[in-house]
Amino acid sequence: MIPINATIARLSFQALFGRRRGLVLMLVPALLIGLAVLIRVLTEQGVGYELVDSVGFTLALPIVALLGASAVLGPEVDDGSIVYLLAKPVSRHVVATSKYVVGWLATLAFGAGPLFVAGMVIDASDPQRALGWLVGGAVAGTTYAALFLGLASVTRHAVVVGLLFVLLWEGLLGGLLRGIRWLDLGAWGTEVASAISSSITAPGTGLTYAVTASAVITLGSVWFAGDRLRSFTMRGDE
Amino acid sequence: MTTLTLDAVSRWYGNVVAVNGISMTVGPGVTGLLGPNGAGKTTLIALMAGFLSPSAGTVTLDGEQIWRNTDVYRRVGLVPEREISFGYLTGRQFVLANAELHGLTDPGAATERALEIVEMVDPAGRRIGTYSKGMRQRVKLASALVHDPGVLLLDEPFNGVDPRQRLHLMGLLQRMGAEGRTVLFSSHILEEVEQVARQIEVVVSGRHAASGDFGAIRRLMTDRPVQYVVVSDDDRRLAAALIAEPSVVGVTVRDRGGLDVAVSDLGSFVVRLPLLARGAGVRLVELTPTDESLESVFAYLVSA
Repeated sequence: MIPINATIARLSFQALFGRRRGLVLMLVPALLIGLAVLIRVLTEQGVGYELVDSVGFTLALPIVALLGASAVLGPEVDDGSIVYLLAKPVSRHVVATSKYVVGWLATLAFGAGPLFVAGMVIDASDPQRALGWLVGGAVAGTTYAALFLGLASVTRHAVVVGLLFVLLWEGLLGGLLRGIRWLDLGAWGTEVASAISSSITAPGTGLTYAVTASAVITLGSVWFAGDRLRSFTMRGDE
Repeated sequence: MTTLTLDAVSRWYGNVVAVNGISMTVGPGVTGLLGPNGAGKTTLIALMAGFLSPSAGTVTLDGEQIWRNTDVYRRVGLVPEREISFGYLTGRQFVLANAELHGLTDPGAATERALEIVEMVDPAGRRIGTYSKGMRQRVKLASALVHDPGVLLLDEPFNGVDPRQRLHLMGLLQRMGAEGRTVLFSSHILEEVEQVARQIEVVVSGRHAASGDFGAIRRLMTDRPVQYVVVSDDDRRLAAALIAEPSVVGVTVRDRGGLDVAVSDLGSFVVRLPLLARGAGVRLVELTPTDESLESVFAYLVSA
């Protein structure tokens, strides 16, 4: 039983979609699927599948996770208004977990789901491959959302730090140094995806490592965010 | 009966001491926490509300540690100075969310009751983003009252609130105090504190400068040496009359006209000055306190 507070979750949902960030969150998958449709219309079936892994999985998914996870926690911590939610007899870990669940569901819906749709649009003849990216995306999205929630609980620059992590660490260095895969959330998701579809190349960490590492980062990050909230400090204007 | 106790509490950030060895007991009734901006009032309220850990000393509610103890919020209502940024919610939705988070059995009824207390039932259907400062303040108060807490902590509740709403808020706080709740609010304005609180705690530069009944604090603040500039149509004649006055400790004739007058007892000086001037046949043109800022009043209290 995951400890969730329905009120916190509802407020987080409203915070996510009641602001402009919610629109950007939906714009990213819309662009991805739009591009997939464009590629399918202009080319043969199966051509341009790189869109799903190189753009959808590597870029759109972490960006959606970053926007979702930081939006449910970041603004309230930044402006201090989270104090209204925390001055309650509710465990801070429950607050963090409830917020995580909202950011996580948004990541699954707007980050992982569109991978399947884009994959099927480009190549309807290989549903197994699209399914691989959906499941791999779900695993990576779960981990990304947790990591970025943890980041949002320590720094108000969570979006910048998160982008640097995705673009520099995983994108640039991950492409140059093979050893990075051991500390690359995306590589772990790809490992899971490759276990489902043989058309997906495994980064080579092994499925057990990928799943275990993802679980450890997820649970650790959400616990860390809760622990940070336990020490939340109210600051005045003075 | 709910009592907040601070025992030798200090809080520092690196080399900066925000709160320095403060001990105080806050019991039922209204207590005013008075001090200039930057004195450490918000830090103290954060310590009392469990949103800051003391670097030294203890903060307890009826003997129970407050820091990292979310259970105390069943008995504590907090109105932070921070604005509510939940502008996309209506006032009612916001108060209801607070009621739900407290796990009340009937959050809807508790919400309406709290909105009634602060007289916000009608505008509660509007989004918080459309509220005036006073209305936001009242919704914040409603959210803090929704679980009927024994302790109410308010950080600068009258800041930016218009005079009519201020009176209403003051009345509310007095009523809460009369009902036996422990109400503590901070302010940097003496008159504000005087109107609501009987018990006043003065904090200056992180130190506990004075504590007591508002009458005693008022006397401490008025019976202090003060500098005045007095301009009249015959300064030297007035100076001669002034120096004979026991409450005057020094008179200097200014180059550009007028007198610098040092007064030891403000209370009797302000009563005596017009009588003296009339007796000496001197017309007073100007009377300016040169040292009347609240900061200097506080500085005096600390050095006393």
